[in-house]
Amino acid sequence: DYDLIIIGGGSGGLACSKEAAALGKKVMVLDYVVPTPLGTSWGLGGTCVNVGCIPKKLMHQAALLGQALQDSRKYGWQYEQQVKHNWEIMVEAIQNYIGSLNWGYRVSLREKSVTYLNSYGEFIEPHKIKATNRKGQVSYHTAETFVLATGERPRYLGIPGDKEYCITSDDLFSLPYCPGKTLVVGASYVALECAGFLAGLGLDVTVMVRSILLRGFDQEMAEKVGAYMETHGIKFIRNLQIFIQVEQLEEGMPGRLKVTAKSTEGPEIFEEEYNTVLIAIGRDACTRNIGLETIGVKINEKNGKVPVNDEEQTNVPYVYAIGDILDGKLELTPVAIQAGKLLARRLYGGSSTKCDYINVPTTVFTPLEYGSCGLAEERAVEEYGKQNLEVYHSLFWPLEWTVPGRDNNTCYAKIICSKHDNNRVIGFHVLGPNAGEVTQGFAAAIKCGLTKELLDETIGIHPTCGEVFTTMDITKSSGQDITQRGC
Amino acid sequence: GKNEYDLLIIGGGSGGLACAKEAAKFGRKVAVLDYVEPSPQGTKWGLGGTCVNVGCIPKKLMHQAALLGSAIKDAQHYGWNIAQPVHHTWSVMAQAVQNYVKSLNWGHRVQLQDKKVKYFNMKGSFSDPHTIRGLTKAGKETIVTAENIVIATGGRPKYPMHVAGALEYGITSDDLFWLKESPGKTLTPFVFNVSLECAGFLTGIGLETTVMMRSIPLRGFDQVSTQMASLVTEHMESYGTKFLKRCFPTKVEKLESNRLQVTWKNTDLRTEVTDSFDTVMWAVGRAPDTETLNLETVGVKTNSETGKIIVDASEATSVPHIYAVGDITEGRPELTPTAIAAGKLLAQRLFGQSSELMDYDNVPTTVFTPLEYGCVGLSEEAAVQCYGSDNIEVYHAYYKPLEFTVAERDAAQCYMKMVCLRERDQRILGLHFIGPNAGEVIQGFALGIKCGATYPQLMKTIGIHPTCAEEITKLHITKDSGLDATVTGC
Repeated sequence: DYDLIIIGGGSGGLACSKEAAALGKKVMVLDYVVPTPLGTSWGLGGTCVNVGCIPKKLMHQAALLGQALQDSRKYGWQYEQQVKHNWEIMVEAIQNYIGSLNWGYRVSLREKSVTYLNSYGEFIEPHKIKATNRKGQVSYHTAETFVLATGERPRYLGIPGDKEYCITSDDLFSLPYCPGKTLVVGASYVALECAGFLAGLGLDVTVMVRSILLRGFDQEMAEKVGAYMETHGIKFIRNLQIFIQVEQLEEGMPGRLKVTAKSTEGPEIFEEEYNTVLIAIGRDACTRNIGLETIGVKINEKNGKVPVNDEEQTNVPYVYAIGDILDGKLELTPVAIQAGKLLARRLYGGSSTKCDYINVPTTVFTPLEYGSCGLAEERAVEEYGKQNLEVYHSLFWPLEWTVPGRDNNTCYAKIICSKHDNNRVIGFHVLGPNAGEVTQGFAAAIKCGLTKELLDETIGIHPTCGEVFTTMDITKSSGQDITQRGC
Repeated sequence: GKNEYDLLIIGGGSGGLACAKEAAKFGRKVAVLDYVEPSPQGTKWGLGGTCVNVGCIPKKLMHQAALLGSAIKDAQHYGWNIAQPVHHTWSVMAQAVQNYVKSLNWGHRVQLQDKKVKYFNMKGSFSDPHTIRGLTKAGKETIVTAENIVIATGGRPKYPMHVAGALEYGITSDDLFWLKESPGKTLTPFVFNVSLECAGFLTGIGLETTVMMRSIPLRGFDQVSTQMASLVTEHMESYGTKFLKRCFPTKVEKLESNRLQVTWKNTDLRTEVTDSFDTVMWAVGRAPDTETLNLETVGVKTNSETGKIIVDASEATSVPHIYAVGDITEGRPELTPTAIAAGKLLAQRLFGQSSELMDYDNVPTTVFTPLEYGCVGLSEEAAVQCYGSDNIEVYHAYYKPLEFTVAERDAAQCYMKMVCLRERDQRILGLHFIGPNAGEVIQGFALGIKCGATYPQLMKTIGIHPTCAEEITKLHITKDSGLDATVTGC
């Protein structure tokens, strides 16, 4: 019946569908949200819009505004000392905005004549899917080409009490009551970002980390992110913990939970009471129950993700995949969107442009933000060899932090250059306010072959944080002190 | 006889200090003279020049104070309970800012000391091409000789001398940042961006502020587009700054209450209006500080119109061994980072066997108005003039910062445009961005332009989500198409 059926109405799926429809094709999108164990669900748009980037950044902003309120007094603003945060007001405002986005997507699909089904899609035979809606009504649809864009959902601990009493990011952003004293389990960027804004809103937050922070990211930067959070009141439990159970002491909104865990080092038992336990230990691809075996699409058994070639094609020629479910690719909204658009253009627009996954910039929106593009230092050392690299670095003090007397010698900038390639910048890292805004332009420059020389030749905008990259003189190898002492 | 110093610099501002410290690195004997002639209102300050004392630094801090005012409003939408009333106290802010500036003055003195650069708090003038006469405040004279001399005396705000009472009763940016008490209801007749930035933060901290302008705003920035300038002022109008357009002041008088009465004419209506203000702040341009240098004695040529010192690509003046850097030089941008870079490179050429010249192309800048405007490269007008409108393509977008949504803030003037060459590789000629953190957004893209970035390369760059900057990597609607340029983030 259709030229293209896309399973999953998230960042990737919607971008692909709209592009294909614009090229004149008959397109269907299926989107269905299986409720969380606690019953949370949401509308069209996928993870980013509903339980990812958007609500995350808005709550992060709420926390930053809390900090701004503190700063403002030093800048002459005066108002009553007691300032408290109302969780419900924030969640309502954020959910209203998300609701408008859900609505906007539905309108947008309608305008572009993309058929949208709020149904769970699964393959029953080659080129054919069965769609089941919330009421259990079933319909069948066929298409020449299929795109899998079902994304992921948070993983649970697999211990007694986890699904009954714990929440995940899927629940947090629409939680109708303040989470209170919270234990965040995990050291992913989801864990750290959530812990960060919860603490910023005034809550008592503990992060339980099994080993390292931000696996996959530059570890020097990851440690600095964590150190800043610790300095600002977030507790970290770093010794290895094996979870035993989560019990409910008292029901409520929030209730009271008792967490019991054991250290891997010795016989000590850890026991503590929290109002909320937020599990953020990773995400699993939604590929196990959509009938992929029926049509022979291979998945990576270890992580459930879908291996594809450089044109996002699976081992079954008429089935493609984009977004978070891809094996070995970055789990980012803009990557999914770009891949989806380009796929549609290649399928129907006569284009041959493939998605460029090299040097994709990212930002972790922790209390002190971390932006990066290119290689982590340890990866660069592995790939190029330490002697073939020059690492320039600098501490900096944002001008806006001077008057309120905020952390000096904490914000940090680092670039990794390849000596034998004209000192080309192969790694860019910045820890500071507005890290995303700072990093974006540099990512474009790196795409254009940025070198240290070009950095030195470029004039900085004064006074900004970003300008620090135009005046970096000190190398790690020189061992010189980078402590700042004024303008 | 032998000259006392290898390098003598007149002017301890951004350019002068950078040059001095760089030269000292090469083991040279360096001296800096810095002297601040008090403003007509009597304001003076320490070592560091305009940027540190009466420019970028206090300006951005007061801008931050205003931004925090908006943050307090936003915070309430995000769930923060703030008891009214909320008000701003000038003296708390001013003292904090002034204290920080003083710490920088101190820091500079320590740095010069550490680097063994001799510092004279004296006003310098030429006796001959290698001799400077320094005069302290008390009138004590010192003669200093040097092999090379760099003039980096910068500029000072002008007064509109044809307006009666302008000098006696008005202040300038030289005074604004050092006021101990609130300027109150302020009028700022202006031509250049300094005034818009000041009017912006004065409005932001709750003061009744009026900007008076005869013609278009933001002149003096070659790269500034008229369209961008209009958006910036439009925003300020909705923000609360009053604009008196097509007006110019004729006289300022003092009232018995000690307030100021200003009379002005409206060029269209040909009427004369008066109103009273607490403060009148002039921002009608800056004049190069060369009058007392005695340049004629040594023959250093200046531009007859602007009075600025004429230099070549190596910062050399018409007299051998005499150089000039910074705001004092003709045809250069009046920016701190360019002065610093020029000063450093000059020292490296003089003493470090370098031959690298300063590159003044594609210098990025930002105007720190309540809604900031950052740009790099050519304005749309300049590109059209240079290449012809058929040969350029302008991509643009009206966007809404995510943080504005919950805050219920109007994003009508959040706008960006990119000017590209149409032919061949579609090289990016200019990028203009209005929105929060414009400086941070533009900095990296300035690097991109330095690398010769093209439109296709920008489109291949993946965005960081959610940010404002990512919209630049998604620009696809052209002005030519006539299509609605409003983009939705997600």
